[in-house]
Parts: sequence; C-alpha cells; structure tokens
Amino acid sequence: MSSYQKRSKEELAKRVAQDIHDGDYVNLGIGMPTLVANHIPLGREVILQSENGILGMGPAPAAGQEDYDLINAGKQPVTLLPGGSYFHHADSFAMMRGGHLDICVLGAFQVSATGDLANWSTGEPGAIPAVGGAMDLAVGARQTWVMMDLLSKKGDSKVVAQCSYPLTGIACVKRIYSELATLECTPQGLKLIDRVDGLEHAELERLIGLPIAV
Amino acid sequence: MINKIAQSVADALADVKDGSTILIGGFGTAGIPTELIDGLIAQGAKDLTVVNNNAGNGETGLAALLKTGRVRKLICSFPRQADSQVFDGLYRSGKLELELVPQGNLAERMRAAGAGIGAFFCPTAYGTELARGKETREINGKHYVLEYPIHGDVALIKAERGDRWGNLTYRMSARNFGPVMATAAKYTVATVHEVVELGALDPEAIVTPGIHVSRVVLVERVTTQAGGIKIGAKMA
Repeated sequence: MSSYQKRSKEELAKRVAQDIHDGDYVNLGIGMPTLVANHIPLGREVILQSENGILGMGPAPAAGQEDYDLINAGKQPVTLLPGGSYFHHADSFAMMRGGHLDICVLGAFQVSATGDLANWSTGEPGAIPAVGGAMDLAVGARQTWVMMDLLSKKGDSKVVAQCSYPLTGIACVKRIYSELATLECTPQGLKLIDRVDGLEHAELERLIGLPIAV
Repeated sequence: MINKIAQSVADALADVKDGSTILIGGFGTAGIPTELIDGLIAQGAKDLTVVNNNAGNGETGLAALLKTGRVRKLICSFPRQADSQVFDGLYRSGKLELELVPQGNLAERMRAAGAGIGAFFCPTAYGTELARGKETREINGKHYVLEYPIHGDVALIKAERGDRWGNLTYRMSARNFGPVMATAAKYTVATVHEVVELGALDPEAIVTPGIHVSRVVLVERVTTQAGGIKIGAKMA
C-alpha cells in the first residue's frame, strides 16, 4: 500500500492554474473551477470569460460593493477589470462555440477514458432537468478540462469506460485534473500526465479500474 | 413623428394576445424586466409560451407569472434553482410543459429568428438526449444538430437608457438576452431607467438600434436581488 496525500481543493486549483498560459482566454465553470482564478501565477495575464456576457471578469467585490447587474454564471457578484467588456448572450455563446476560448474548466459527474463528459444530469427520475451552458462549453472551447475528485463519496471511480449518466458531450474532455492525478483523455484511452507523490501507478489504475498509459 | 415612449407599462402591454410567445430577458437576477412581468400578470393574457433562461425565483416576477397558471409552456436552459419552487411544483404536477434548451442554442435560435435564418447546424448537444429525434449532419468530419429559430410575438427586456426612436443601451451583465430577444420578437417592450433626447446616446455605443424596439417605458431604478434572497448594495 503506497502512502500519499490527496491534493486539497486549493492545491488542485493551483495545479490547474499552472497549465494556463499568459494570454489565454478561459471560462471557469460553476463550483470548484472558479477557485482556479485565485491561483493564476503572478505575471500571467489571463482573461476570464463569463457566459452571461463578460470578458475580463475580475474577482468578487469587497463587501458592500456588490452590484447585482454585474454577476457571473453562478449568479455571484463579480467585478470587471480595466479593458474588460460586455456583450449579449448570442455573442457570448458564439465566442464559445466558435472556438475562440482557449480553455474551459468544468466540473463533472463522470468522464470516460476517451473524453465523453457527463456533468448536467444524474438522470434520476423526477429530478428537474437543467443544462445551462454546459453542453455549449463542452464542445466549444479549444480545450475542455475537467476538475473533479476521481472517486465519488462512495469510493466509485468517476473516470469510467463508458458514462452511465446522461452525456453532456462526446469525446470533448482533453484533460482531467483530480485530487490524485492529472490524466489525458485520448481516443486510445487514458494517459498519465502526473500523479501525487507516493501514489504508485498500479494503485492509481486499481482505484480507477482502467489502464493508464504512461 | 416617431415616439416609442409609452406612458405606462399597461399602455405598452395592452395588445398582448392570448396564446403569445413571450421572450423575457434576464439571467439570474440581472436584466429581469420585473415591471413588465408584473404588467403582463395584470394584463391577463393567457395560454402563453414563455422563453427565459431560468424559471423564476421565489414568489415574484416570472415565478408569480407561472403561478397564475397562464403559462402553458416554458422554453428554458436552467429551470432548477434553490428557490424555483413555483416552477418545480407546476412541472412535477404536469401543469407546465418544459422545453429544455442548451443556453447557447437558446440564444442562437433567437438570433436566427431575428436574422431571418431558417435553421442552423450546431455541434452543441450532439449525441446527448437533448438532441434526440433531431436531424443531424456530418460536415467536414464534425457532427452537428439541426436547430430551428425561436420567434417571439412579444419580447420584454430591461435596458438602461433609451430614446423616442427606441435606441437602447444596457448596463453591465444585465444586457444578457436583451439585444437578441429584441431582434427575435414582433413587438419588443424595453424598460429603461432614463429616457434621453435623440442624439444623446453615442451612436457608436447604441447596443440595440431602435428598429428592433416597439415601446420604451421609463421605470424607477430599484436595487436588484441576488438569487431572490440577498438584497444588494446601492447601485453605483
């Protein structure tokens, strides 16, 4: 049994941020991906897009300075950086779907080894369906990255041979950033980018239940 | 003389007919034309199809409209919210039809309507249950789904400034669906917080040219709400 430490949420956000380059246009999905904004390395200028029509989105405003005409996709108050711009929804999604964003980072329920994404519905009967911009983002950005825990609370792998939850997009995920490892999804299956110190390769494959090429 | 400034919300909405498709602007709490939704409730048109990104929060605005039972169908990308109990109840009891549309398709289908496009092929949702039964095509090795326009009879939107020709500017992310809905409807009503003289809006900065707007109504600025729960700070 190998001895290793999982990446914390902040460490994971920092790991994702390392791979975002100076000058990249990035959309960060609702939830965990929004943490990435806090970890962009100093000296890199990264422009954040929000689906509701913002480019150059800045951090949350100071308490008392919230303006509810300026919110992000998660409906939280944000700010605009100097040089930022506003545009309407059709332009915003044209920006995504036209392949103009370098990276989008999304959360997921499941990702298949070949990059199929399931992140909008667990398919539970009676649940209210809601999709938002997930399907547009998944297929629109030049690279779609997923940020999630590899294992569910029950210990099941969320990286699977085939998604059992309803799909968001097919073969659209390029990379999975997780608490244990960073993986690439390829037409041939998973490929290792890195894993946390002390975690042996065989142990990672056992946890996921799928082969991972080195 | 052209004068699109309506004296009241009631005047602007007097002719809304039963069975209309109503496009309602707003994303989350920004850009919701609350006064126009209240006006539509007071006007009483029924058997409506409503297009909005969400499905209402709390008991006011779109939620209150749904509660009247006058909406037959909702076309929407994200109905589920912590406080969407009115929608949830109607949907679960089968009293409200839902067409769930990916947000980009929602915007682009209205853009297509406004631009006279008959239909378009789009990669979003290919291979998912939201594309089930739809025509698909492979173009240059990529898969696309055929999507049709969403035409509105009426659009209700919130803008910031307007003039008597109907030219509009917006404020921050409250712009969202407003400009595209204005183009997609036969009759567009916009609320503004300031009516200005012709020429006062910078022609380089007009977002919606007046041709897309039928009526402009001046309303008082009120502090918007976040998620229907938190009351925001004073507007800058």
